[in-house]
Amino acid sequence: MATLALNNIVKRFGDTEVIKGVNLNVEDREFVVFVGPSGCGKSTLMRMIAGLESATSGDILIDGERMNDVGPADRGLAMVFQSYALYPHMSVEDNMGFSMRLAGVPKAQRRARVLEAAKILQLEPLLDRKPRALSGGQRQRVAIGRAIVRNPSIFLFDEPLSNLDAALRVQMRIELARLHEELDATMIYVTHDQIEAMTMADKIVVLHDGVVEQVGSPMSLYHHPRNRFVAGFIGSPKMNFFAVTVVSAGADGVEVTLPGGAACHVPVNGEGVAPGATLELGVRPEHLSIEEAGTLGGRIQVLERLGGQTSLYVEMESQLLTIMADGDVAYRVHDSVRFGFDASRAHLFDQTGLALESLKAHPLAALTRQDNRAEAGTQSEEAAP
Amino acid sequence: MSTPNSYAAPGGSGRFKRLLLALLAWAVALVIFFPILWMVLTGFKTETAAIADPSFIFSPTLESYQAVQARSGYARFALNSVAVAFGSTALALLIAIPSAYAMAFLPTRRTKGTLLWMLSTKMLPPVGVLVPIYLIFRDVGLLDTRTGLILVYTLMNLPIVVWMLYTFFKDMPRDILEAGRMDGASTLQEVVYLLLPLTLPGIASTGLLSVILSWNEAFWSLNLTSSKAAPLTAYIASFSSPEGLFWAKLSAASTMAIAPILILGWMTQKQMVRGLTFGAVK
Repeated sequence: MATLALNNIVKRFGDTEVIKGVNLNVEDREFVVFVGPSGCGKSTLMRMIAGLESATSGDILIDGERMNDVGPADRGLAMVFQSYALYPHMSVEDNMGFSMRLAGVPKAQRRARVLEAAKILQLEPLLDRKPRALSGGQRQRVAIGRAIVRNPSIFLFDEPLSNLDAALRVQMRIELARLHEELDATMIYVTHDQIEAMTMADKIVVLHDGVVEQVGSPMSLYHHPRNRFVAGFIGSPKMNFFAVTVVSAGADGVEVTLPGGAACHVPVNGEGVAPGATLELGVRPEHLSIEEAGTLGGRIQVLERLGGQTSLYVEMESQLLTIMADGDVAYRVHDSVRFGFDASRAHLFDQTGLALESLKAHPLAALTRQDNRAEAGTQSEEAAP
Repeated sequence: MSTPNSYAAPGGSGRFKRLLLALLAWAVALVIFFPILWMVLTGFKTETAAIADPSFIFSPTLESYQAVQARSGYARFALNSVAVAFGSTALALLIAIPSAYAMAFLPTRRTKGTLLWMLSTKMLPPVGVLVPIYLIFRDVGLLDTRTGLILVYTLMNLPIVVWMLYTFFKDMPRDILEAGRMDGASTLQEVVYLLLPLTLPGIASTGLLSVILSWNEAFWSLNLTSSKAAPLTAYIASFSSPEGLFWAKLSAASTMAIAPILILGWMTQKQMVRGLTFGAVK
């Protein structure tokens, strides 16, 4: 049971500022995912929360108490490392019980706690093994078990799944989500994989160059990215971007000219946008649809058939766009294709990369995993920008 | 038809290369080993045979060993050697482990420089500091004491011991120590429960090297000891003094002096090689 607050956290290594003033609130029992490209500072931020790295300035508060000068073991946190960081010379049981051994907990009590955690993770038959005799997935579970045993108020996961193969990663993802529900603890999770972020998070924190780009539920980030970076980072395949010219703009929407000359009315707040200006239009591959009378056109360069879906890479005015189409579209490479999109699904970005605000919030934008569990579709009060 | 031929050529030259390398390795090994072999052989000769034309054919005798035994107590010197070699090694490890820990895990801007400076002290010829150390030892009463010799050997080996431990510690995954810290380990507990068990092969080979270097050291032992604390190197030297040079007795004494360390090295060679190439083969 714990909340975490970061107030204006700055981290400098020598002259390089890697975290440039981060503010964040993590609610009790929330599953928060820090996501961003490598080098964005997400791991450094987590290490500062853990106490393995000190903050250059700013406050780290756990349950309202300032923790900057408290040692890692006394913050009530447990961390699962990317490399698992198991103690190679100790059995699984000793690995999991090490923290209690250091704390002087009697052996019988230690064993009981370890068994309890081992049961949750189905590790009971492996308790006597050494880490080297375990598979990757089992090592991962031991690392999680070592965290559970400490009964922490906040779990920290530093890219815990990146050393696992694809199939195991999906399985562990599900297991972690189940664990979050079962333990009812606050969890902070670092990853560069936006799919992990989308599937597990209550709240995603998108980091880029040491700055928080956006905080929100997975669906609000997907439907209402605050800027071009978040728009491009969240969603797979990546959002398509191309330049458009403003015809007219106002509080009720922006009229733009698409490449090829067609007009399009995008329902975003266009106050302050001058006619004639160049904006960037963003449409997700899954929102582009092949239509004979489509407003856009191009030539197919690459075609990837996945069975259920087909990715078309289409060259339009020397730009490569991605279209997610039906599994059995009949097109072939080098065919010409016309396509269009629903303007309410489109995003407009100004010269600084900021998104123009949608006039209508997406109904799922405020959906959290909790809502998913209760009853999907019940939307909540707060609409993201 | 052509397939086996095309494979035969590189295979043939490869085998020739291997043979050549093997011969070269044997030749080098023989050159290095020959003085030791000659010493052992000479130990079993009579004094006359020892100074006669070098020959592999002679009738072996234990005469020299008996003479050596009769003259002075090998055991006393050997005991000094053991005490000094292991004592200085233990002391060096005790000092070097915390130093290497600090340098490997909490480096500062000056760590690299400090390490190089430490190593540079090994470049100074020991004779350069003989007089000051002799005078200091005389004044504080450390001449001809085991404690004095242990101190000198510790200082002598410390740079190498710190360097070796530093490289082993550097190879230790940081995550494991950090996991320990998250689990509540103090620095001492981190070292005792995690670092030492995991770098034991490296520490063992470092210790072994230090023992060997101390065992074989002659300059300081000859200059700082006379009888009470004299180790085996001084014992060997005593056979080339006033009465003249006795090759056979000298060889017999030398063989006895190096025997223990040779056996120890041979028994632990696997450990040694593993330690010395640790990290290189990861």
